[in-house]
Amino acid sequence: MLSFIARRVLAALGTLVLSSVLVFLAVQALPGDVATQVLGKDATPDAVAALREKLRLDQPAWERYADWIGGAVQGDFGSSLVSGKAVGGEVGMYLGNSALIALVTVLFAVTGSIVLGILAGLYRDRWPDHLISTVSLVGMSVPEFVVATVLVLVFSVALPWFPAVVLYGPEASVGRLMPAVWLPALALAIVMAAYIVRMARTSVIDVMASEYVTTARLKGLSGWRVVTRHALPSALLPTLHVIALNVAWLAGGVAVVENVFNYPGIGKLMLASVQNRDLPVIQAIALISAVVYVVCNLAADLGAMALNPKLRTRGRTR
Amino acid sequence: MTTLDTPPGTPGDAPEAPAAPPSATARAWRTVRSSRAAAVGLAIVAVHVLIALLAPLLTTYDPIANNADQALLGPSWSHWAGTDQYGRDVLARVLYGGRYAIGVSVAATLITLLIGTVVGCAAALRGGWFDDVLGRVLDAVLSIPSVLALLVVVTALGTGPSVIVLAIAVVYVPQVVRVVRGAALAVAPADYVTAARARGEGTWAILRREILPNITDVVCVEFAMRASWVVLLISSLSFLGFGADPPTPDWGLMVAENRTAITVVPMASLAPIIALATLVVGLNLAADGLSKAWGVDRIREGS
Repeated sequence: MLSFIARRVLAALGTLVLSSVLVFLAVQALPGDVATQVLGKDATPDAVAALREKLRLDQPAWERYADWIGGAVQGDFGSSLVSGKAVGGEVGMYLGNSALIALVTVLFAVTGSIVLGILAGLYRDRWPDHLISTVSLVGMSVPEFVVATVLVLVFSVALPWFPAVVLYGPEASVGRLMPAVWLPALALAIVMAAYIVRMARTSVIDVMASEYVTTARLKGLSGWRVVTRHALPSALLPTLHVIALNVAWLAGGVAVVENVFNYPGIGKLMLASVQNRDLPVIQAIALISAVVYVVCNLAADLGAMALNPKLRTRGRTR
Repeated sequence: MTTLDTPPGTPGDAPEAPAAPPSATARAWRTVRSSRAAAVGLAIVAVHVLIALLAPLLTTYDPIANNADQALLGPSWSHWAGTDQYGRDVLARVLYGGRYAIGVSVAATLITLLIGTVVGCAAALRGGWFDDVLGRVLDAVLSIPSVLALLVVVTALGTGPSVIVLAIAVVYVPQVVRVVRGAALAVAPADYVTAARARGEGTWAILRREILPNITDVVCVEFAMRASWVVLLISSLSFLGFGADPPTPDWGLMVAENRTAITVVPMASLAPIIALATLVVGLNLAADGLSKAWGVDRIREGS
């Protein structure tokens, strides 16, 4: 089992190295001259030459890659082309704000969808199931910006409970940002939960039809204990994977939702840096997202292994 | 020798090759009739396509003509869904809006599925180092957030529809490859594939004649599923200002434009939202219904 874990970690590291190469290539090797791309078509030749110098475009690509990745490992992502500040610190600040949203989102989405998924699975083909399935279908079918817009309409315009836009910059304290976290998180959680509910429902139905649940029932266990001992863990298992897969999606969803609420998070920074063609920032965000994604997937794999004995043995034989 | 060889070969091929097209259509028809979800979903999508095609006949208003005197009107007999801040008829823009959304989505989904299917089948058939390397590269691509990848491609190459189609292919091909590879792996060890290999058929011929007919259902479900995501992604891109260029009638763009005036003319935001949501609900219902009717397990393939 240890060798299995080690192999997983190694594979994750390999994926990371590869995605860093891809990020670098995608941003640096885009068609056209990078300096002209950054400055726009009507930049003076002097300015282009100066930027080429600054980005060291005259050096071979692999050398620049080695420099970049070497710095990145130590937390140095270069300096922003727009603000001139160190990219690492800036991205970190925005990332912290987004982590707040992500945390609340995952909490909302997981608890809500597990409860609803189990309910739907237990009341299969009866009205709670139909209601939950229909709502989750609609939830899957509306984009995040629509959910966010509707939430603003209800909870900031009709009922003035939460702020519709954030007026603080990225350096605002957690206490200041907290009131503004709920609506974006709720918008993302609704979309995310719609997927997880279906997953949880299917696995609950599978488990409740299994022989060991029948055995547990015949032993005389109460319905509640059957649900907590058997339905809950089995509903959690596939959910773990969906959450891990959703992390990549979350980064995109966050970009949209943060834009709606003007929330100073990584998504807003992502959009601004793409608009300004701030290459070091784009690279840093992409690389950090890749790290988060890979780590989450690794954690989900290992977590699934801990929850499911079958996977443990399969890992040994493989 | 050749004359002796052909007869045993033909019975193996004969029921498969000529019988496949009619049975496929017959099966599709049976599925649509038996699965209400699939039928409803496909009907919704068909209505959307029809509306987009017939938009000029359904409304007399020009979706991009500004009319300053008629700005921000509520619903009335002359403007059923009111007008937006430039005095453009909202209903006309919603009806025309499907053209961009459906056109770009269909093109993007088709190309994504085409590339994904070929590469996925090739990976399953060839196996070995090709499969390993491909798996690693796909993992790496998947780890980069799709919206960011999309934005980078669009900023570098401009916001034309063809660029968006390309960008979506870049983002979604890896996921399609995974699903198709999984389905093809289940078919690859079958006896008739081994027989085809023993006959000395090339990879391409095996792919087209033996593998593809057996994973059509997976590919169809994947198409409906993927199309719903592509529609959502394209509308999000438009909403962020990286998709359709402003005068173009597009649902995501309309929500972005009219969101600030949502308390004055709610219909200007609600109408495109309803259009977008119904189209995606239709696609999702179709995907669900088809996967249930054909026994395609979406969950197992996703992982």
